[in-house]
Amino acid sequence: MPPIVSAKAIHKHFGTLHVLKGVDLDVAERELVFVIGPSGSGKSTLLRCLNRLEEPSAGSIVVDGIDMLSPRTDINHARQRIGMVFQSFNLYPHMTALGNVTLALRKVADKSRVEADTIGRAALERVGLADRAHHRPAELSGGQQQRVAIARAIALEPRVMLFDEPTSALDPELVGSVLAVMRSLRESGMTMIVVSHEMGFARAAADRVVFMDDGQIVEQGPPLKIFESPQHERTRAFIGQIQRH
Amino acid sequence: MNRWDKFLDTFFNAKVMAKYLPDILSGVVLTIELALAIIVTGLLAGLFLALVRSLGIRPLNWLIIFVVDLFRSLPPLVVIVLVYFGLPSAGLAPSAFVSTWLSLAFVLMAFAEEIFWAGITATAKGQWEASRSTGLSFVQTLLYVILPQALRLTIAPLTNRTIAITKGTALGTVVALHEILGMASSAVSNSYNPSPLMMGAAAYLVLFLPVVVAARWVETKFAWKR
Repeated sequence: MPPIVSAKAIHKHFGTLHVLKGVDLDVAERELVFVIGPSGSGKSTLLRCLNRLEEPSAGSIVVDGIDMLSPRTDINHARQRIGMVFQSFNLYPHMTALGNVTLALRKVADKSRVEADTIGRAALERVGLADRAHHRPAELSGGQQQRVAIARAIALEPRVMLFDEPTSALDPELVGSVLAVMRSLRESGMTMIVVSHEMGFARAAADRVVFMDDGQIVEQGPPLKIFESPQHERTRAFIGQIQRH
Repeated sequence: MNRWDKFLDTFFNAKVMAKYLPDILSGVVLTIELALAIIVTGLLAGLFLALVRSLGIRPLNWLIIFVVDLFRSLPPLVVIVLVYFGLPSAGLAPSAFVSTWLSLAFVLMAFAEEIFWAGITATAKGQWEASRSTGLSFVQTLLYVILPQALRLTIAPLTNRTIAITKGTALGTVVALHEILGMASSAVSNSYNPSPLMMGAAAYLVLFLPVVVAARWVETKFAWKR
């Protein structure tokens, strides 16, 4: 079976800064790939290239059979198949939780308000927030906001979910609720690419851990192998650092 | 006559006031018409320019910035005089009303564009990204996600600027526009008594105080917690 996400030789320059230096990443359907690495290693940029929030300087990206970098691709249509969850939640503050979840359903997927509300409520139900449908983001905890953001993404029934440090902005006691939702997504067979430092979650749930440093993939493999017997010096140093905390 | 009576006789002379009340009222009507025309056209044009600017087409943006900076630098009085006395040499002869309306609408447009633009740029980048990542287009994101937030940010500065520029209708007196101040000052010259000016002041208060109060109400109503 061909990979659902296939990124080849991705380069990204920010001015004179060479942030991605030829990254290849294939992700199989139903696979959960964890991307780790020091800050500035390019892992978030890689994730943002996959749905073209960042325009790669060179390379090719195919997601679910769609050539993401082709000028003929309807990028707005393609993005519906790629859900994204951000570190800072980015919920729309002027809308309720349900409004956040249903906006793209109504405006992009062309659902009627009634249809969108039904789908939206089901999505909120899946993240355990059915009773918060009419709350504004400001009335929700960080963990709840991030779960609404996940609901906003999964309501569009994406083929792939991208998580960009989904728990980094959360108080420690709220992290668990978000990870629980991610775990249930995983169990439902969602393909997921996760940039995060939640090593416990990576050990328990990831199929593969990718270690990036200085704009390149240094090493990748099953979580146990990467965490217990990393092959490269840079991987060892990084794993050592984060496990000391 | 003691001092107090003298004061009342000078500034609040009932006879003079009764005589010139109809004049002042017609000035009020004209001022309201002019103000509404300025506010509607100036704000819409300003919003339009800010939206065009957000498309990020460089040469167009330079033009917008040039026009906006020009009208923000020129004193409104100068604009009015230029339009009223200058356009006839270009074959156009706008009336005093049209000259004042166009001039102040352009000035309001310039300031409104800057305020709307500030509101759009102040809206967090993450809002754009979240919206675009769900497949909403640039224009949809602008309409449904960015503008509602930007407009709330702009209500306070926009109201202040709108009131300041709308009070500039008084500048229409230089082109013999019969708005409140024009009516009041000609009444003052004719009656040798400043009471009509007090009526004019009262008229401005009656006109603008409710606007200020309404703006405050709108501001609190549309505020949302972050």
